[in-house]
Amino acid sequence: MTDLSKLTIASARDAMRKGEVSSVELTNAYLSAIDGSGVLNAFVHNTPEIAKAQAEAADKRIKAGDAPDMCGIPLGIKDLFCTKGVDSQAASGILKGFKPEYESTVTTQLFDAGAVMLGKLNMDEFAMGSSNETSVYGDVVNPWKVDDRNLTPGGSSGGSAAAVAADLCLGATGTDTGGSIRQPAAFTGITGIKPTYGRVSRWGVVAFASSLDQAGPMTKDVRDAAIMLEAMCGHDPKDSTSADLAVPNFEAMLTGDIKGKVIGIPKEYHMEGMPAEIEALWADGTAMLKAAGAEIRDISLPHTKYALPAYYVIAPAEASSNLARYDGVRFGHRAKLAAGDGITEMYEKTRAEGFGAEVQRRVMVGTYVLSAGFYDAYYNRARKVRALIKRDFDEVFAAGVDAILTPATPSAAFGLGEMKNADPIQMYLNDVFTVTVNLAGLPGIAVPTGLDSKGLPLGLQLIGRPWEEGDLLNVAYSLEQSAGFIAKPNKWW
Amino acid sequence: MSIDTETARRVAKLARIKVEEEALPALAQEFSAILGFIEQLNEVDVEGIEPMTSVTPQRLYRRKDVVTDGGQQAAILKNAPDAREGFFAVPKVVE
Repeated sequence: MTDLSKLTIASARDAMRKGEVSSVELTNAYLSAIDGSGVLNAFVHNTPEIAKAQAEAADKRIKAGDAPDMCGIPLGIKDLFCTKGVDSQAASGILKGFKPEYESTVTTQLFDAGAVMLGKLNMDEFAMGSSNETSVYGDVVNPWKVDDRNLTPGGSSGGSAAAVAADLCLGATGTDTGGSIRQPAAFTGITGIKPTYGRVSRWGVVAFASSLDQAGPMTKDVRDAAIMLEAMCGHDPKDSTSADLAVPNFEAMLTGDIKGKVIGIPKEYHMEGMPAEIEALWADGTAMLKAAGAEIRDISLPHTKYALPAYYVIAPAEASSNLARYDGVRFGHRAKLAAGDGITEMYEKTRAEGFGAEVQRRVMVGTYVLSAGFYDAYYNRARKVRALIKRDFDEVFAAGVDAILTPATPSAAFGLGEMKNADPIQMYLNDVFTVTVNLAGLPGIAVPTGLDSKGLPLGLQLIGRPWEEGDLLNVAYSLEQSAGFIAKPNKWW
Repeated sequence: MSIDTETARRVAKLARIKVEEEALPALAQEFSAILGFIEQLNEVDVEGIEPMTSVTPQRLYRRKDVVTDGGQQAAILKNAPDAREGFFAVPKVVE
């Protein structure tokens, strides 16, 4: 049997084209791997019948010789993506039983390219969380384990990250509103890219904060990220913020040559109390890029400190508006009503029963900052600060910086439950290095580059110029080559 | 800024989320902590800065104001908790 732990999208594609393995064989191997992975709780709705049918169709296309790169590649799909006829509930109780009558643009494009859906992946409820502990399906467990604790895979795309790291699929879709692709990628030793805002259609992706949400691939390496991202990108008339720009062949741009590229190192990302291991990882990454011929430049992004507080106004505000649609009328859960209950009681009981604690908290914070008398003081001020955060990046790029290197997360994966009694802000700090990128609409990628002293993966983040995902992926590719990260979790599940 | 129980009750009402009376003080405390964190934004000089409306410079696309879709009543009602005779059914609304 094929050794799934060594397989990548690129190598599977090449092997299928050579006839060494079929998509049906690969798909069956992954379906068995998923069957044995219940304890990780990564896959929450399995779709073996769809997978087998798609794999058979893919094999025919591959035989016919005109198959796109993603043809026959078994994937996991984050539960946030609407998939026709398949449960799509954003890990929320309020969407229990919801089976969309339509297919998201991203999954449509992937399936049109011949990709195979193995099932839907666990996540934080409505993508609100950094530890995958807010899901109605329960926690996802990180396949990395160094003692008797179960660790978080990060969030919100925790199921996607765990599934890729545990070799339950070749790649997975993720979404990233404040770091939800990059933080879990870093916690599980995989690669994840959030493209420029507008690069990937948001149509059919359950909305959290529409001005920040972007979907992207989570894969085993940079080459796979390039291949899968290309299949996900493109203009979509159904998303009014989708960019009408040509999508380059990202894989062809992976030369590994970064001579003369200017890499910015932002001083504001040296956070107080940051573990020495993260500082060392960052310094090592900087040295690797320098050795590869890049010019290293110290830069300043002065409003960095205000990114998280601005995010925690803007994202809840947009969420409170987006999540107003969950009212128990058109889809999803409706509470059982008492005699005499009217429509207001129906809304209030439905939303209290259907939303988990973190979602309720954010919807209410958003409601508050948008309410009369506070709109200017909170929401408008946050949008002004957001403009300043973007301006910081614009100025750095205008001065000739090609990409910015930062840590991806302030720590390695922590234990599930360890943050339970912390106040919500402690959890929010997980996104301190990633959230700026969403506010500025930029592409960002997390690449695993080392292990901490306990043997847990750590990642670095590269931030690129808008629409230049190809160059960003190439810098990431160079970093990946230099770091030579090959560690895998020991299979204990 | 400190949020009192009354404000928490009002926000829950505005958000149409039923919060039990005994849960309000803890909720108010959480709001206070989060808003305290947000208040750092007051340190920033935003004089003359326009609030961001779009992170990318492009204008929103416009399409012709014509019907491009329709005739999907069954699909639209498919996931409704209570659909009758081609309509979404809700409890009696009396204003």
